[in-house]
Amino acid sequence: MANVLVFAETRANALRKVALETVSAARALADSTGGGEVHALVAGTPGVASVAEQLGQHGADVVIAVEHPGLANFDREVVASTLAARAKSGGYRGILIGFSAQGRDIGPRIAAKLDVPIVTDIVEVSVAGDAIIVKHPAYANKVIVTLEVNAPLAVLSIRPSAFAPKVVARTARTETMAPASDPSASKVVVKEVIEGGKGKLDLGEAPVIIAGGRGLKAPENFKLAEDLAAAFGNAAVGATRAVTDEGWRPHSDQIGQTGRQVSPQLYVAVGISGAIQHLAGMRSSKTIVAINKDKDAPIFKVADYGIVGDVLEVLPVLTQAVREAKAGH
Amino acid sequence: MKIAVCIKRTPDSESRFRIAASATSIDEAGLKFDIDDFASYAVEVALQLNEKQGPGETVAIAVGPDVVQETLRKAMSMGVDRAVQLKTDVMPYDGLAVAKALAAELKAGGFDLILFGKHAFDTSAGIVGTATAELLGVSCVTAATKLDIANGRGTARRELEGVAEIVEFPLPAVVTIDEGFARPRYPSLKGIMSAKKKPLETKPAQLGDVRVKVKSMALPPDRPPGRIIGDGVAAVPELVRLLQTEAKVL
Repeated sequence: MANVLVFAETRANALRKVALETVSAARALADSTGGGEVHALVAGTPGVASVAEQLGQHGADVVIAVEHPGLANFDREVVASTLAARAKSGGYRGILIGFSAQGRDIGPRIAAKLDVPIVTDIVEVSVAGDAIIVKHPAYANKVIVTLEVNAPLAVLSIRPSAFAPKVVARTARTETMAPASDPSASKVVVKEVIEGGKGKLDLGEAPVIIAGGRGLKAPENFKLAEDLAAAFGNAAVGATRAVTDEGWRPHSDQIGQTGRQVSPQLYVAVGISGAIQHLAGMRSSKTIVAINKDKDAPIFKVADYGIVGDVLEVLPVLTQAVREAKAGH
Repeated sequence: MKIAVCIKRTPDSESRFRIAASATSIDEAGLKFDIDDFASYAVEVALQLNEKQGPGETVAIAVGPDVVQETLRKAMSMGVDRAVQLKTDVMPYDGLAVAKALAAELKAGGFDLILFGKHAFDTSAGIVGTATAELLGVSCVTAATKLDIANGRGTARRELEGVAEIVEFPLPAVVTIDEGFARPRYPSLKGIMSAKKKPLETKPAQLGDVRVKVKSMALPPDRPPGRIIGDGVAAVPELVRLLQTEAKVL
């Protein structure tokens, strides 16, 4: 029996999808050791404790609410020190966080503060006696590495979308905790947050991604990809490196080895030939659709459903068909 | 400024990988190794900062067996002044252990800035830079796409999952480098010649306990082979039907 400490990630006091995935993964891990408790720590401005109900539904036994007016923006130094302080109170087998931008920032800090090992980008985790065994894809997803972590406590950073959120209908009890360090004393200060666009779904959160490549021929033709995303309703638009290098789309939209690594339920590649660097960022998607005029394009080797054709002709027709299918439900 | 750049030697990312007979590492035969992509951006950023800001020193540091000397020479051929190898028998998979070895070396170095790639291609773990900063107790900014240094303070831009962030921080600092900077320069012939004479120091790496070990490596299961369902707009109804009935995503 082992308790698991979780960082439940938020943005503007709302839980992110990866938070529910992390809590669900922690629940499964605690249960697999004979039923320990899951303690989920959430940090934000006063009021953030209201996410406790949602965390309980996904398997948290205790929600540790860290509320402070200085935590409007994610403060990596405060969150890391507070999680480390809580972990020191003892009784934990693992500290689970998401391998997201926030999680990447705090995981190694917590590990260094506590002098415990850390493993990241995990897609499977289990406890085997005194060891924790994890699997993580390496070499741009071309090799699966199984690691053995030998320590009584470890930081475990899980790959977004690799663990499904699962409702288990629990009621968590809420505790409050003061930040372990003063937000105004943090060395790195966020001066400005530039929003990517109101109501825009993040690539890491969207169940459907429409990704465009050079086959769209001109930046204004991305409108066709955006229309298809709008027809799905739950979709985000991404791009290849060739496209972001051209400046057609922002650098942050790049999917691939040097950009975002995504694994949505549905990935629609439009006008993308499928260079190996691009495949590295999306090949773990559940279902892949490709539309490309070159029938020999490598993208068709990984596409569950391929259409050979001109994307500029096919996209508007597909968008209309998706709209009708959605309306029919 | 005195700038350290911590670099890693990784294989060409476009390689086709095989698993070694031991089943605990990749088969390195025939693979081409070089400075990791993000780390080579970090080298470029360091060189440009010192070129712009006048007299300074740029030092490249790598943990690993003797093969990393070639990687350190490459950094020196790009313009780095000197290099330090923190020697291990094999490259450990335990990021915190690597960070401890680097922190032990960097602690008394008097560096204003310590740069890393945001992560290395092989493990994509992104642990070492941030953990090193924590061990040294200095400011840490990860995945910077822009970096300016003036009057002992830094300003950086970071792209984060749909938003961008502008941060300010005091030096000394660790900054991990994303793309968005100028492409790393190619070594000139003169650079390659002079790199042979630049100092490369070798010391034992103080890793401490290595608590993360590779149990096995394997190739991932192949996706089912791709399937072309038809040509042009005529194939759209069939695609919609498959998305509804087979993939169940619509």
